[in-house]
Amino acid sequence: MSISILGARVIDPSSGLDTITDLHLENGRIVALGAAPAGFSPSRTIQADGLVAAPGLVDLDVSLREPGYSRKGNIASETRAAVAGGVTSLCCPPQTRPVLDTSAVAELVLDRAREAGNSKVYPIGALTKGLEGEQLAELVALRDTGCVAFGNGLKEIPNNRTLARALEYAATFDLTVVFHSQDRDLSHGGLAHEGAMASFLGLPGIPESAETVALARNLLLVEQTGVRAHFTQITSARGARLIAQAQELGLPVTADVALYQLILTDEALRDFSSLYHVQPPLRTAADRDGLREAVKSGVIQAISSHHQPHERDAKLAPFGATEPGISSVELLLPLAMTLVEDGLLDLPTLLARLTTGPAQALRLPAGELKVGGAADLVLFDPKASTVAGEQWLSRGENCPFIGHCLPSAVRYTLVDGHVCHEA
Amino acid sequence: MTPFDAKRPLQLNDQGQLRHFLSLDGLPRELLTEILDTADSFLEVGARAVKKVPLLRGKTVCNVFFENSTRTRTTFELAAQRLSADVISLNVSTSSTSKGETLFDTLRNLEAMAADMFVVRHSDSGAAHFIAEHVCPDVAVINGGDGRHAHPTQGMLDMLTIRRHKGSFENLSVAIVGDILHSRVARSDMLALKALGCPDIRVIGPKTLIPVGIEQYGVKVYTDLAEGLKDVDVVIMLRLQRERMAGGLLPSEGEFYRLFGLTTARLAGAKPDAIVMHPGPINRGVEIESAVADGQHSVILNQVTYGIAVRMAVLSMAMSGQNAQRLLDLENAL
Repeated sequence: MSISILGARVIDPSSGLDTITDLHLENGRIVALGAAPAGFSPSRTIQADGLVAAPGLVDLDVSLREPGYSRKGNIASETRAAVAGGVTSLCCPPQTRPVLDTSAVAELVLDRAREAGNSKVYPIGALTKGLEGEQLAELVALRDTGCVAFGNGLKEIPNNRTLARALEYAATFDLTVVFHSQDRDLSHGGLAHEGAMASFLGLPGIPESAETVALARNLLLVEQTGVRAHFTQITSARGARLIAQAQELGLPVTADVALYQLILTDEALRDFSSLYHVQPPLRTAADRDGLREAVKSGVIQAISSHHQPHERDAKLAPFGATEPGISSVELLLPLAMTLVEDGLLDLPTLLARLTTGPAQALRLPAGELKVGGAADLVLFDPKASTVAGEQWLSRGENCPFIGHCLPSAVRYTLVDGHVCHEA
Repeated sequence: MTPFDAKRPLQLNDQGQLRHFLSLDGLPRELLTEILDTADSFLEVGARAVKKVPLLRGKTVCNVFFENSTRTRTTFELAAQRLSADVISLNVSTSSTSKGETLFDTLRNLEAMAADMFVVRHSDSGAAHFIAEHVCPDVAVINGGDGRHAHPTQGMLDMLTIRRHKGSFENLSVAIVGDILHSRVARSDMLALKALGCPDIRVIGPKTLIPVGIEQYGVKVYTDLAEGLKDVDVVIMLRLQRERMAGGLLPSEGEFYRLFGLTTARLAGAKPDAIVMHPGPINRGVEIESAVADGQHSVILNQVTYGIAVRMAVLSMAMSGQNAQRLLDLENAL
């Protein structure tokens, strides 16, 4: 299979390339930028005038719900949704049933993902067995099976000594640890950001300090152990500042934010709409603005969907009884383009936060366009628009953006030179 | 992109009449005044030998209480009976939910029994909103208390009590004392007082029991009882639950009483004709001294009487608003 993509604006944030040119793909690789190699005769030609061609997006947190939660989604459905959002590489978290804490589960996920043939899947392994926070999972065996990083999700390791040892062990083998920084005690029973809105609605609050206290401790332990660390789902402006301070001190830490945290605030909870029930919670407009600035400056180098598909029933209850999460991976590109529309980021910077930024954070072989490299690409029309939900591929029926008209439209997503999505 | 849809307030019909009664948030002053006026007229019904009017004849009112309650449930039952409705009361916490039935299914089943109105109490904030929006929008839903969020009929009966004793709200100072954080009554009272034009609303308690950002209600926060009670016309005491001693919110009932308990001596700092209110059940010697609870300033039992009238007003108004909406929807469908 060989493809020529003609006349696209090719943007590669990893090299700074931004020019109108042609791309030629063969056997799953990019074989030339610009003029086709001698004798190249493509089996397919895509006329891409007016389209942007960029590295396929890299999403660091997409819950695939398999194994164990097939009523919410499965690997085939959610990776299919991902390519519709322009995503060619994604990481899936270990909160499956059974937990992704053994090579057997990791292999199952990787096999199913290969069978599905949509985006590439890089599992994040559980740091502790069963995510119980007591005994280490077999991290090296998991790495050898294909896990790219290790985390404990929102289930904090309750014992600081166990945590320190886990980090030391991971550091021994240069493994990356993904931190969800939310203090268990300070967030206990909480449903929404502790602030005026939660007070008004009578919802138990999760204070900003739930994030900052855990974040400060984690940063100190990272400094002490020298472990490679990525901080995921930062929700507060002060949390972003703590990351910035650590980076200024020379600590090699990276961070990501959920895309919806850059768009929504806790104001969205006003009518108790459970679609906006997420963990960690939506915070204030000041936090959102602080996160946006951190994304702009690069302190937060990755934007992820933090996709959590749910069946309808999971959201059909009073707010506190619903399951948290938003299904949005298939809107990743158009939703993210609102940041360009708002004037926060220029297009190459946005693409950097969606490609090289996340890829470098977890050392994934993705997020760049280079001759000889994998032909993982997204082609999108920046002037068109997407009506969210007009087609819907995710099993997750929990997307608050349905019905909104979003900027840009994904036209083609290619993984290893195969067109996985076309619209 | 705007992430929020503008929609008609859930609890009003197209003509701005009440069709559910979920919260006092967003209800205009005229509507609150109408509730109070209607309740005033029902107070006379309660004083008659035959205490019934036929406004809800042939209608079925279903009290669905997922949380224990005696006073609220009984007054709702009486209110519905005095309006000539058929009344069923269910204590659901002990029946279906323990068998795993969801709130959604429980309510759908009751709806299928042709209930015209639900009075719902639930421990989750937002439960009444959920039912009105997603479960049975065509049945009038009355919030009998949802989590910490709202207890709007209690809020309105408190307002009726204040109006009947003080005449109006324009020149009043009102203090709400105690566990504001966990109190749906406090939240509904604050909204109602604000909407009715009360210029000086004070909340008094330790910082552990004052919700973050409470200033949004237009209230002033006091942490000193004497200072907060100075020259107030109305004191609303809140119940302090025993379990608040766990988790570091308070050291002990004794210390709370020492600092925030309402005694005769402390009440002397308020206006000489101040009234003392309490949503009940009261904890004598925890938040209020017996001498105050039973004293001349206390209107606590009047509140109970007014509660029936207010609930009659809300039930009749919501039923009529819901009926009007059904007719409108029918006409629009034709």
